[in-house]
Amino acid sequence: MNVLDYIKFMQSMRWEEGIINGRRIEEVIEICGLGDVLQKNNGELSKGYRQRVGLAQALIHDPEILILDEPTAGLDPNQIIEIRNLIRKLGSQKTIILCSHILPEVEATCNRVLIISRGKIVADGSPTQLQASFEGKGILTLQIKNNLDTFSEKITSVPGIERIISSEPVSDNLVEMHVETVKGTDPRENVFRLCMETDSVLMEMKRVETSLEDIFRELTQKE
Amino acid sequence: MHQILILARKEFRSYFDSPVAYVVITLFLLIAGWQFSTALFLSNTADLRSLFNMQRFILLFFIPALSMRLISEEKRLGTIELLMTLPIKDWQLVLGKFLAAYLLVAITIFLTLIHYITISILGEPDLGAAVGGYLGIILIVGVYLSIGIFTSSLTQNQIVAFIVAFVIIFTLFILRSVIVFFPGFIASILEYLSIDYHFDNIARGVIDSRDLIYYFSMMFLFLFLTVQSLESRKWK
Repeated sequence: MNVLDYIKFMQSMRWEEGIINGRRIEEVIEICGLGDVLQKNNGELSKGYRQRVGLAQALIHDPEILILDEPTAGLDPNQIIEIRNLIRKLGSQKTIILCSHILPEVEATCNRVLIISRGKIVADGSPTQLQASFEGKGILTLQIKNNLDTFSEKITSVPGIERIISSEPVSDNLVEMHVETVKGTDPRENVFRLCMETDSVLMEMKRVETSLEDIFRELTQKE
Repeated sequence: MHQILILARKEFRSYFDSPVAYVVITLFLLIAGWQFSTALFLSNTADLRSLFNMQRFILLFFIPALSMRLISEEKRLGTIELLMTLPIKDWQLVLGKFLAAYLLVAITIFLTLIHYITISILGEPDLGAAVGGYLGIILIVGVYLSIGIFTSSLTQNQIVAFIVAFVIIFTLFILRSVIVFFPGFIASILEYLSIDYHFDNIARGVIDSRDLIYYFSMMFLFLFLTVQSLESRKWK
């Protein structure tokens, strides 16, 4: 079954919900950029094109709400950008509910974000709102060499440091740490002093703004 | 109704997208034609009985081969989910697929009408028996197909669907040969369940409501079971 027949079939199956006319098919083909593959069989298409065929059949009856589950999964970077642009274009007229584990994508395409953990909604708001509610609690990225045990023991007692979020060894003697700072403080100086005290080497220290990913991790890893 | 027909048309066309339809129709006509002409020259009588007897037997293999992919393939490829999102009920889906396969087999069977033309040139065949025979075969096809589509809905594996359908159909097929081993009342039940028994009545040209009810209730039963098996995905 080729792409054109398939889209026509889906349109006629949805005849009760949608408008049957030839123009709609042309529109959808145009929107999804399927013009070049209309005569190909669905099975021969690349993953990106299949995804677009799927999108085309979902759009054919002009639904008010579109639910997309991981729309860019398995696509190459160019296709991802194409699909994202498509989603943004459609989103200007329709409601799109998008479910994704790729958070930069969510940040780039969505107006409202819900984070669900263990079946419960744990965050709700626009990406900027979510970031704002977590702001102030700055995060420091540190790379520390030598005397790691003493350093990680004492870091939590440094004024202005709230807790260690994560700590991953980079190599034998080198560890990358993410620590949360108390609201409205800048404990970088204190961290530097601690390094001198414990005779550790500070390889890197960086303040990071909270991204959606951090918020997600924060909210879903509580237990 | 509209959607059932659209679905049936799509299914029917998809038989011709792959070599399945061509292979099955060609093989069926070749075997049926060969059997028919052999029997014709041996018995020297102008009737289609040998043709119908043969068809009943070949269909035993052909119907499961045609029906095995109907639902199992959709399940394996995951395309069943797409169908489920459409505004159609499960029974409409089943009926659409059933009708598509039915149409394909019916066309194949009516292509053997050429043998009727042959014998009506050579002699004077019994029209009633021919009509009855064709009607009987068409009804049998319905029962076989409903069994085939049912087993196809049980599994993702076409081969399993084929084998299970074949076993069920074959059991119904040989039922009449084993009833001598059973006591009276069981034997009469088994005889009623036997596909052959009802076919013989119709093939003689006698269209009895009991036989029609048998065929239609068998079709209904297995189509109903198919719908249930599709719906079982919602059972928790």
